[in-house]
Amino acid sequence: MFVKLAAIFFSMILVNNYVLVKFYGICPFLGVSKKLDSSLGMSGAVIFVMFMATAVTFPIQIFVLDPADLGYLQTIVFILVIAVLVQFIEIFLKKYMVSLYNALGVYLPLITTNCCVLAVTILVVDDYGADVQTLGFAVAYIESLVCAIGSGVGFMLAMCLFSGVRKRVEVCDAPGPFKGLPITLVAAAITSLSFMGFGGIVENLFNVTL
Amino acid sequence: MAQEKVSKVSILTNGIIKENPVLRLVLGTCSTLAVTTAVSNAIGMGVAFTFVLVCSNIMIALLRNVIPAKVHLPCYIVIIAGFVTIVQMVMQAYVNSLYTALGVFLPLIVVNCIILGRAEMFACKNTVVDSALDGIGMGIGYTLTVVLMATIREILGSGTWLGFQIMPKGFVTIGIMTQAPGAFLCFGLLMALCVWVEDKLDARIERKIGCQPLKDLQEGEDK
Repeated sequence: MFVKLAAIFFSMILVNNYVLVKFYGICPFLGVSKKLDSSLGMSGAVIFVMFMATAVTFPIQIFVLDPADLGYLQTIVFILVIAVLVQFIEIFLKKYMVSLYNALGVYLPLITTNCCVLAVTILVVDDYGADVQTLGFAVAYIESLVCAIGSGVGFMLAMCLFSGVRKRVEVCDAPGPFKGLPITLVAAAITSLSFMGFGGIVENLFNVTL
Repeated sequence: MAQEKVSKVSILTNGIIKENPVLRLVLGTCSTLAVTTAVSNAIGMGVAFTFVLVCSNIMIALLRNVIPAKVHLPCYIVIIAGFVTIVQMVMQAYVNSLYTALGVFLPLIVVNCIILGRAEMFACKNTVVDSALDGIGMGIGYTLTVVLMATIREILGSGTWLGFQIMPKGFVTIGIMTQAPGAFLCFGLLMALCVWVEDKLDARIERKIGCQPLKDLQEGEDK
């Protein structure tokens, strides 16, 4: 059990990295990764919202949408839940946890329209929804939460690594048409290439098939 | 009358070259990178995307005086999500292989910044006809760009175009082009080409990552 959770966690960070391998959340990846502290703040907020959103939407899918045969409403329900949740988190942090709000506050409104969050809530239902029947709801719920945190940490890793890469790229004298965004995309291609090297590492390390 | 006709045409063509959503405005990068592994996926995504964009533009333009400014974003999201759900159901019923190939990127059209961006920048201020034309133009611009990218990636990566073998037998395929790094590389090179052409025409624009709230943040960072 524990081994499987660890395998899920590390495969979400390294093998199925949300940004560099799966292309979820490219906008903040290219937009906010100029400085290390802003990429840390953004990804902190993303991890937090991804965890909360999965914690809310997974039970909704299992206990409300599936029994009522309303699976086709998934997209509408999930995006609305995420929008409301982000608003709620913002208000809650502003009132009760001012220091955390100061650190994450500016990034929160961006997150409603971030693909990562909607993607993770839909994907955990696809991947672990079936486990509810075989392993019970509690196990499937924990698996999906670990998956959500793992994806968030993967996002953070990509953001932080890339902010370092970007610092070097920006002082380079790139050929004229490549200046700015194009050379950044080429640098992202090389960063993404390095993540391909992790293919298969988790299965061999933990001796499990995912 | 003649003048009005010109302006309608220019609204339509605006999205194809002048404000190409992918290469010039840099919006909707996630789906662009993900669906360009094969030309068939790119065409399917382009059609689905255009349908949602045109319908949501029309709907938002119709409701532009009704939606209160304070809750405009949730309203737009609900409208867009409704049309995305229609597309999902139709695709699942009639082109199931495409539905499986596009996977989660179909529901992710909801949070695509091109659609939200056009709703915010154009549809909420303009008439229904203009908004529909804008949606069609932007949709064509997006579809052409993703099909172009998919063409490059599919020919280099698997030697085929739309599933047909077009490269000679001895051609060694560059497998990486259909994988994640190839997407970034192809997009970067294509954008560099686009900038090069702009330089030749003396029409270079400064590119910022599109999403509106992100822009505000970047401007804050630059100051």
